[in-house]
Amino acid sequence: MAETLKVAVIGAGPAGISAAARAAATGISHVLLESSPAHAQTIQRYQKGKHVMAEPGVLPLRSDVGFEAGTRENVLSAWQEALNASGVSVRYSAETISIEGQRPEFRIGLNDGSSVSAENVVLSIGVQGNPRKLGVPGEQTPWVQYTLDDPDEYQGESIVVIGAGDAAIENAVALCGHNTVYIVNRKDEFARAKDGNLAQITRAIEEDRIRCFYRSNAARIEETPAAERPARLVLNTDEGEASVPVNRVIARIGAIPQRRFVESCGVAYPSDKPTAIPQLSARYESNVPGLYIIGALGGYPLIKQAMNQGYEVVEYILGNDIGPADEPLLEKKFRGLSYGSVSESLAAMQKRIPLFGPLNALVFRELMLDSEVTTPAPGETVFMLNDYTDSFFTILDGTVLVGRGAAQDAALPLAAGQFFGEMSLISGRRRTATVVAGENCVLIESPRRTIKKLLASNDHARRTIDNAFMLRAIQSSFAPDVPAAELMDVVEAARLNEYKAGTVLFAEGDEADSLHLIRSGSVSVSRNIGGRDIVTAYVPAGKYVGEMGLIGNTRRTATVTATVKTATISLDSQSFNRLLDKAPTLRERMQRRIQQRIVENTQMEAQPESGDLISFLMQQGLGEATDVLLIDSSLCVGCDNCEKACAETHNGTSRLDREAGPTYAMVHVPTSCRHCEDPHCMTDCPPDAIHRNANGEVFIDDSCIGCENCMHNCPYGVIHMAVDDPVPPRFWQWLLFGAGRAPGMESLAKPDPSTPKKAVKCDMCKDLDGGPACVRACPTGAALRVSPEQFAGLVHGGGDF
Amino acid sequence: MHESILVYRRRRYLWAALGLAALSLLAYALHRTPEPPNGGTWLGYTLGTIGALLIVWLTVFGIRKRRYHSAAGKVEGWLSAHVYLGTALLVVASLHAGFQFGWNVHTLAYGLMCATIFSGFYGVYAYLHYPRLVSRNRGNLTLEQMLDNVATIDNQCLRIAKNAPDDIREVVTSAVNRTQVGGNTFQQLSGRDRSRVVLPSGDGSHRLRRNPDQERAIEWLAERLSRTSDGEVSATINELERLLASKKMMLKKVRADVRMQARLQFWLYLHIPLAVTLIAALLVHIVAVFLYW
Repeated sequence: MAETLKVAVIGAGPAGISAAARAAATGISHVLLESSPAHAQTIQRYQKGKHVMAEPGVLPLRSDVGFEAGTRENVLSAWQEALNASGVSVRYSAETISIEGQRPEFRIGLNDGSSVSAENVVLSIGVQGNPRKLGVPGEQTPWVQYTLDDPDEYQGESIVVIGAGDAAIENAVALCGHNTVYIVNRKDEFARAKDGNLAQITRAIEEDRIRCFYRSNAARIEETPAAERPARLVLNTDEGEASVPVNRVIARIGAIPQRRFVESCGVAYPSDKPTAIPQLSARYESNVPGLYIIGALGGYPLIKQAMNQGYEVVEYILGNDIGPADEPLLEKKFRGLSYGSVSESLAAMQKRIPLFGPLNALVFRELMLDSEVTTPAPGETVFMLNDYTDSFFTILDGTVLVGRGAAQDAALPLAAGQFFGEMSLISGRRRTATVVAGENCVLIESPRRTIKKLLASNDHARRTIDNAFMLRAIQSSFAPDVPAAELMDVVEAARLNEYKAGTVLFAEGDEADSLHLIRSGSVSVSRNIGGRDIVTAYVPAGKYVGEMGLIGNTRRTATVTATVKTATISLDSQSFNRLLDKAPTLRERMQRRIQQRIVENTQMEAQPESGDLISFLMQQGLGEATDVLLIDSSLCVGCDNCEKACAETHNGTSRLDREAGPTYAMVHVPTSCRHCEDPHCMTDCPPDAIHRNANGEVFIDDSCIGCENCMHNCPYGVIHMAVDDPVPPRFWQWLLFGAGRAPGMESLAKPDPSTPKKAVKCDMCKDLDGGPACVRACPTGAALRVSPEQFAGLVHGGGDF
Repeated sequence: MHESILVYRRRRYLWAALGLAALSLLAYALHRTPEPPNGGTWLGYTLGTIGALLIVWLTVFGIRKRRYHSAAGKVEGWLSAHVYLGTALLVVASLHAGFQFGWNVHTLAYGLMCATIFSGFYGVYAYLHYPRLVSRNRGNLTLEQMLDNVATIDNQCLRIAKNAPDDIREVVTSAVNRTQVGGNTFQQLSGRDRSRVVLPSGDGSHRLRRNPDQERAIEWLAERLSRTSDGEVSATINELERLLASKKMMLKKVRADVRMQARLQFWLYLHIPLAVTLIAALLVHIVAVFLYW
């Protein structure tokens, strides 16, 4: 039997390379095992020339291997050189089949039947998994591949892409420009794809740029030496076998998940959810002593973090108590706090804040890296009612006062350990209260993205925040005078519901059994009058619907439909009656509100065209808008000064298309950003370049990498890719001598085709004095910007915008 | 739904313009001089200076409109003021001249000013009148889409006519080829349909006929239908008639759109050159007055 190594590193990605390099540098016996023939498989699979980022920028790199942002090729070759130079003992094409034992006696079984003994094992195999193979005759032939490096490498070929996920779609779409492309889908729709990719593949199939075999599977691949194409792929379809002559077959049928393998090594996962990550100590050790997990598999998908962990884990194995690389960052954040060292501070925070208590120490550390610790002076405003900020606050020390606008006397105090800001976090709408700091206040402010990630992966945190949200929503909407403790039974009976756009929450004539508080999204209320559905109201997040049925009648008097993806909290009639008993003024307030609704309804019924206008606006996605550009067609002379103003104030590219978009009742909705409350564009931005300002503007910052995700994700087509034109027109030269381009006219110079394009969209002219240039430049007053609160005024023909 | 330039900010510039006109009239009524009122009295100079400054300010609108970074008020406000104060200029300048006109450069400047202002009046009318009609006419289509629709119908007609008898194919092809939209400024403004079609006449020769709204072609096809007993041919003609009818509708919309767009725009091609000429004449007027004092 061979010697027992000090450490075996499995997986030669950034984390594994860094760990092995550290082991080599410290001179301990080690081996780096890689299942594929080359290092960093995940990055090898990126498309050619793809920019690899070095985020987070503030985190220092701690590794014997260098890394900086650059193209995929540069990054890969730098790592290869570092591997060669550092004397790492690496075995390629050595797939690990099993890991048995624990410190100091691990036995690692490999695919060639050999085994490796090691005292410690570092598992850094990422989450991509090994690509799933076709498993059909002919899969070993040279025409089958599982990755696509450079789509431009192939021209005029016949290519079949097998799979219906994002990778398959992206490959097929990238190839279809210069090749005959087929895509093979096992099912009859592309249900797993991201919205943007779904739209692309659907369009490509409709336009015949890609041919799709639905409900089909690969049967075999056969060589055809005599034919025009070197091989043919035989498919099993509903209509029997079909045969496609091919130059190559690209199988993108997913990867074999790592979890089963990891569990077979004895590692425990905290839950059955696919997003769950193994339970790890602060030193990356799993429940199996001596088995360490780092990198994406441990929940750290960023390259720099993974490399730092590789370095650290070897130091930990050697018994060196080095602090993590982010230590100085946290030290700086915690300066001024009196809890001691960084780890003591982190522990104290987890102890003081029940929401964070049960979190994995590493997850909490990560959260704190993204968060800020602030110490506002007593009386300082943390945020104002109607601000658009959406960060989440936890109180580490002292108190804050939560009030509504001017009535700060009636403000509700919150003490250390509690949290606030969850309303805007969840709904994406403006702040529903003003929060003012009290004595000795210390707050932790976490970005929305970080907390949403936490909510998605941690059940405890989600339940805690959901319950608080429900309690506060119910309290502020119905029973502001009733103490929270008395509302607990009502909250427990409340339910969270989610509806897709267009779903009916309840229909006219249904039995009225519950009331809905809208948590995110919005709904429209309609009534059937004379055989026609007439929309009578639009209700945004934060308001409630269905109270009429509960108080007065027992049947629904109107139909309520989700205009966009909507979440509500529903209270059944029993709970609501309990609320009525507890809050004596509630019944009276509800009756007043119902009266008001009836008056509004009759007004709307008297002018059905207003209802039609509401439905029209909802169809245009205004149900999720926070600020939208509308054009009064009865005043618009078509001069395009709005577009010219937009282009001139935004480096030569207009972010709005005036003429495109539908018109109804003289209201024209141009193609222009709606600044959605939960922006679709933000959902998948790798560099996190899309942000929302306190005033509500959704904008893209300079870190855009031009990946086009936001463009594909926007359902309203308002984002496009453009090159900045840095040359502003010279007004007087143009006016007096006709030199250069006219203000508002397109650039004369053709942009250099090698200049990378970046995503551009409306930023509501946040950096300009005087507000949006489109509105200011409209000579006839036809252009106006409207927020949802103003729809009613708009619809009734009056109002002052 | 929104306020137009005429009612912008509760008509503040209307009141300003009325105030300016009223003050000028009052001063003119109270002004007593030995000679008849003219530009050479102190009031004449004052009104002349106000008028000249107003003219300069009115032309600054063209600059403000293109200063897209400017935060100096909304362009709508500038246009509202431009319209009302420009109108008041009529009063100020007339009083400045003391209604003394002759065949000279001074009256030329006055005449150019009036022409500029009246072309502007037409502009105000067009801006307030046409957008609603344009929008109603277009529905949810852009001009480009409407033209695309016409092209699609044309292609359908040609495809169907390809297998039809020669005379039908020739008429349909010529109706398609000789359909006209747009043209020069006057043709656009008039909106008259100058489409033509070549029709066979009884003696075997062909005649070029006017084909407004495709009617001559439709009539000819109807007449051809009555002469045919072939079921396939009559089905083809029926289909062509249906297509031509929808083309006629679409062309009407296109023509109306072109006509109204032209009316919305052409006046600027008078207003701006007139204003530039006015500035030149104004300079000559001022220099002349001071040289020959």
